[in-house]
Amino acid sequence: MTDWRDDIFKAIKAAGVVQVAYVPDAGHARLIERSIGDNDLRAVSLTTEEEGVALLAGAWLGGDRGVLLMQSSGVGNCINMLSLARTCAFPLVMLVTMRGEWGEFNSWQVPMGATTQAHLELCGVRCHRCDRPEDVAETVATAFRFAYFTNSMVAVLLGQRLIGAKSFGE
Amino acid sequence: MLDRRDVVRRLLDGRGDALVVAGLGQPCFDCCAAGDDPRTFYLWGAMGGAVATGLGLALARPDRRVLVVTGDGDALMGMGSFATVAAEAPANLTVCILDNERYGETGSQITHTARGTDLAAVAAGAGIARAWTVRDEDGLPEALARLHSGPGPVVVAVKVAPGTQGGSLPPKDGAWLKRRFRAAALGVADD
Repeated sequence: MTDWRDDIFKAIKAAGVVQVAYVPDAGHARLIERSIGDNDLRAVSLTTEEEGVALLAGAWLGGDRGVLLMQSSGVGNCINMLSLARTCAFPLVMLVTMRGEWGEFNSWQVPMGATTQAHLELCGVRCHRCDRPEDVAETVATAFRFAYFTNSMVAVLLGQRLIGAKSFGE
Repeated sequence: MLDRRDVVRRLLDGRGDALVVAGLGQPCFDCCAAGDDPRTFYLWGAMGGAVATGLGLALARPDRRVLVVTGDGDALMGMGSFATVAAEAPANLTVCILDNERYGETGSQITHTARGTDLAAVAAGAGIARAWTVRDEDGLPEALARLHSGPGPVVVAVKVAPGTQGGSLPPKDGAWLKRRFRAAALGVADD
């Protein structure tokens, strides 16, 4: 079985994505590195996640497909900007690495992590969770198909159990 | 003081085949007053997102000029976008900030640009070398020319008179505006 991180990269390429917008997260590190190294992808580093929602709206106005990578804490930064995607029916795929759940050591991550899915759903974003590596490829592919065929927003929540809980040498 | 409607009319009269993103509030109304155009995408919300929307569009269409027309309130809320624009350095993106030092839609409260913030300096500090402020007619023709053509990214803050101007509301249906824009810019018919 291939590494799930590489499965995401393959799914992005298969979906015809051009713009990969991201605020870095350790769970996405490999995907970001591969995106930067790919001549057909434009990896755009953001100062805040909501920029990515607007960036990818502009991308779609110009005919580019995109994907937005972030950590669960970044979802809170996106909330008002998601009204752009919802009101205008822009397709949007967000790949969210979860913090504040399975094995978390940092209590500051818990408030946003514990409410990430609820926030997204209130904003009209369909959520799919992944906690097992074997589910990742199909789930990400499905998210792209759904978002781009139905002009809607989909988030894939990559669980902390999948990613591996972060520690600072406890 | 420069008049915002006059500035935008002259800016859009010379747009050529440029694609335009209009920031929420008065800049949207100014663009519509200059003549509604399917190649203008109006933001009725998404405050702080005009520059980032323009960036995504500029990266997607490097063959086309992309012009963002927005206000100081939107630019202040999205200041990080200037750093992202600097990092990506799209040669086809230009930004015109209509800076009246006011939040026009909410009662004309003053913005930070009335209290010392220099948005052109912010853009320059973010790494956009071609960023400057225009305060009167003397500097306007060159600014318009460089917003229309020549290398980007460019950010011009145009100081305009405070006060809002009525009328000329653009269409508000976002999904329809999106489809209209894509049809005009890309020649595609969305479902």
